[in-house]
Amino acid sequence: MSISFTLDGREVEARAGETIWQVARREGVEIPHLCYSPAPGYRADGNCRACMVEVEGERVLAPSCLRRPSPGMKVATDSARSKAARAMVMELLLADQPPREAAHDPDSKFWRWADKLGVTESRFPARHAPAPDVSHPAMAVQLDACIHCGLCVRACREVQVNDVIGMGRRGHHAKIVFDLDDPMGHSTCVACGECVQACPTGALMPSSVLDKEGRKSREPDRSVDSLCPYCGVGCQLTYQIEGNKILQVDGRDGPANHNRLCVKGRFGFDYVAHPQRLTRPLIRKPDVPKDADDFVDPSDPSTHFREATWDEALDVAAAGLRTIRDTFGGRALAGFGSAKGSNEEAYLFQKLVRTGFGGNNVDHCTRLCHASSVAALIETIGSGAVTAPFSECVHSDVIVVIGANPTVNHPVAATFIKGAARRGAKLVVIDPRGQGLSRHATHHLRFKPGSDVALLNALIHVIIEEGLYDRAYVDRFTSGFEELRARTFAFSPEKMAPVCGVDASTLREVARLYGRARSALIFWGMGISQHVHGTDNARCLIALALLCGQVGRPGSGLHPLRGQNNVQGASDAGLIPMFLPDYHRTNDPAAHADFEKYWGVNLDPEPGLTVVEIMAAILRGSIRGMYIMGENPAMSDPDARHAREALAKLDHLVVQEIFLTETARHADVILPSTAFPEKTGTFTNTDRRVQIGRAALQPPGDARQDWWIVRDLARRLGLGWNYEHPSEIYEELRGCMPSIRGISWGRLEREGAVTYPCPSESDPGHELIFAEGFPTPTGRGKLVPAEVSPPDELPDDAYPMVLTTGRLLEHWHTGSMTRRATVLDRIEPEAAVHVAPADLRRLGANPGDRLRVSTRRGSIELAARSDRDVPPGLIFIPFCFAEAAANLLTNPALDPFGKIPEFKFCAAKVEATGAG
Amino acid sequence: MASDVTTPMLSEAIRDKIRAFIPRYPNKRAVTLPALHIVHEYFRCVPYQAMAEIAEILEITPAEVHDTMSFYGFFPQAPIGDVRVWICRSLSCMITGGDEMLEHACKKLGVRSGQTTPDGKLTVEFAECLGICDFAPAALADDGRIFGPLTPEKVDAMIEELKKDKDPVDPTHGLGSSAGPATPSRPEG
Repeated sequence: MSISFTLDGREVEARAGETIWQVARREGVEIPHLCYSPAPGYRADGNCRACMVEVEGERVLAPSCLRRPSPGMKVATDSARSKAARAMVMELLLADQPPREAAHDPDSKFWRWADKLGVTESRFPARHAPAPDVSHPAMAVQLDACIHCGLCVRACREVQVNDVIGMGRRGHHAKIVFDLDDPMGHSTCVACGECVQACPTGALMPSSVLDKEGRKSREPDRSVDSLCPYCGVGCQLTYQIEGNKILQVDGRDGPANHNRLCVKGRFGFDYVAHPQRLTRPLIRKPDVPKDADDFVDPSDPSTHFREATWDEALDVAAAGLRTIRDTFGGRALAGFGSAKGSNEEAYLFQKLVRTGFGGNNVDHCTRLCHASSVAALIETIGSGAVTAPFSECVHSDVIVVIGANPTVNHPVAATFIKGAARRGAKLVVIDPRGQGLSRHATHHLRFKPGSDVALLNALIHVIIEEGLYDRAYVDRFTSGFEELRARTFAFSPEKMAPVCGVDASTLREVARLYGRARSALIFWGMGISQHVHGTDNARCLIALALLCGQVGRPGSGLHPLRGQNNVQGASDAGLIPMFLPDYHRTNDPAAHADFEKYWGVNLDPEPGLTVVEIMAAILRGSIRGMYIMGENPAMSDPDARHAREALAKLDHLVVQEIFLTETARHADVILPSTAFPEKTGTFTNTDRRVQIGRAALQPPGDARQDWWIVRDLARRLGLGWNYEHPSEIYEELRGCMPSIRGISWGRLEREGAVTYPCPSESDPGHELIFAEGFPTPTGRGKLVPAEVSPPDELPDDAYPMVLTTGRLLEHWHTGSMTRRATVLDRIEPEAAVHVAPADLRRLGANPGDRLRVSTRRGSIELAARSDRDVPPGLIFIPFCFAEAAANLLTNPALDPFGKIPEFKFCAAKVEATGAG
Repeated sequence: MASDVTTPMLSEAIRDKIRAFIPRYPNKRAVTLPALHIVHEYFRCVPYQAMAEIAEILEITPAEVHDTMSFYGFFPQAPIGDVRVWICRSLSCMITGGDEMLEHACKKLGVRSGQTTPDGKLTVEFAECLGICDFAPAALADDGRIFGPLTPEKVDAMIEELKKDKDPVDPTHGLGSSAGPATPSRPEG
């Protein structure tokens, strides 16, 4: 309800909950503020007193950032008394500041207000100025400019919920501290940079804009609103650019991130300007044979390749593909697109494979991440996407996070989960490894790796046998209940406890917690999907949600956290072998006919091969040529040695890349393409949110837009493509994808983000879906029981440990971008295997020592890291380090439904090789 | 980031003592102060690593422990002397010469306020109101002994008294001693 009051003699309306400051801003009245930030997520604190206003009839001035108006209140923002008080506050604060000419940021919010208030000198003595702390590679801490407004504390504790920054000591001695008053670079700071973005004085600044004296020396000349290129969260950001260089990245108030970013998004941008960027097309020298173990220095490709013009390179690239197609047929070719490219690039790439190569052998890294989740979701609820955005967890009573480590892999999504837990939601983390969410969790079930189905079936068992399921929902919206009941009857917690390593009472407690929740959201990640029983794991989670009716309502849902920035969109656009755009099966006669008409060519109805299958087919000799755009299977495929053999065996390999990756070493032609900040396109985040990324930089040298390269290659394969702008490609995709029909390019340019399904331009888009049944033939969700099956390769005497793989916070996927981002590689420069402290002692090794890790597929050497989050018997290796590629070790055994390899479990042996 | 580098500083016995407080409070965070006192009592300071371990036991972050620890003037991070004595400088004591008594004590001991004598026997500090204004200017030792009203001579006597090897069994030892006329009826500090 709104109320009216008087602001500077004018009658104004305050909306429910608005403060005097907020009303004033809406009315165009400026009130100074330092400790208050109108950015989303920041609580007003009222500590700086720079926003004091006078309220008629009140003895003391009121902080306008906190005070809410009451009906009839008379507020003066510009009375002599309030102005004098505010000027005094500035003068007192100014006393401790470095002089203006030496200010770290002379254009800070603090100095701008000082100028506006005309207070530029102070009569008061300064207190002791703390020494600068430049221990962090990305941020400089110069507390001589600190005014103790506490915005950084709120940024760290309340917005990002990292709890690293504190206000140490008291009164005159108060000081911003990291952890236990550690230097920032030695603290547990995760470098999200939220504090830097919040600081109003320049006490916390990105190092990238500072000179040696710690003063801001570089100013952007323009800024471009775009997106983060890393994970599936889809953070909106602004690139601050000087010339053709990104100076700084700021978070933007997008629906997925509300200004927040993580270390990768904020500080991991300078890979685009790395000297190893490919700038000219390269053709393999005729006398250089291919070899699986070959090494090419990305700084000097001339050992293996020679530079060529675009015309020559595209001619050679196309001729090789054409010859194979014309001799062996379209199925002898395959293409890997990328979940890092735009929707337009994904659509164009799969269209090229399907219409230009003439087969369906097109896939991308979704096969390696959520293929099993999507298989289970499509089988059960008829749709492979999330049912609710991750931010919906702020409305949940119970949040389950299983097989996901969002503080590392989806850091901004994790801030919403942590924030919800802090406000009282019950958080259940289910993961063999400890993780960043553990301390926020009411329960952390550290179960035995690979025993997911046993654990989840036990939960289902309790929910059914104790009658905790939602009968009305099950009757109305699901099928298969009786079979599920019968098949899970034997999975009592008491029987499953020894199998999964979690005691029966805890299993019952968690099942009851979920079963009785008013609203519950399940998040899952690769820990669920990357198993030979990945589809079964996902089926269990879906069954849990369907049983309890936890779909389609506020705070409820199923959310497989998508890993890549456009893995949702690339899949939607048909960059997968069994589906045409919008998940029409290639062998569905109606869809087949529609697309033959839409594209005007004959299509192969036979579903194509998946990522790992394609590698096997190359070694069998049935696939002879490949086109790879932005993927790095030589690093990302399981049993990577095998993948490298396959790549080296190809008659013809065309790689389109920004760097000479491990995959590009085996290429015949390398086509230099554009990095994210150099391209314009649409990207669909984990929430089904379609967003627009805008080009901020010119590509280096002769590098070209990916869509341009695909188009010109297509022309040489006989396709008459005339696209001149990504918008034309997007509009063609929109024409065959009803779920985004209401999201035109123009609308995206205007609104920045729209969530599908969105059938018409006037539709706002839909975040929560499936409140009333599912897009299945019966309209019901299917409850599919799962049997316990063991991982493919169990530990034995020769290989007694379990190896699991994943990512680090700082490094993205195979590291081709982040290992070349200065800040990120400085924080995590070295390949390491994470080992339980007890296991490390047993090996007689110390942290930092070299260890040899071997499996039946290969062996790597890397540094030991003692990690209490890792349970004894398990080891964890991030797969981003080319010098010790974890995927040389992993098991290529596939889930039979999703065809996803078992990256999360294989038998391994660890040996100490000596001091590091 | 949980990474194992060192062996724990807090023994199981100390950990148990801290954990025993947990059921007495609505949440674990509330045990921060008792935990700091337990650690302080044992080490005569709150070492850096102990704070990290308290954070782990209470499942809070190091910054939260540090905020609480550093808010109070009570917890030193390096070991203090066998006896710690506070000389009051709040109103009643100030107007009767508390500041001068502190200065005198410091001069006599050759340390600054907050420092420990080189022999490790005595740490002298100022305090804001000790609540013994009836003996202003007053001092309080951390074993409970009260001294006052102080004069330069009585400060000298107090120092001598405090530097004597402590009698471990009698915490009321100082009361009524030659250094001050504290009455036995006063509660111990």
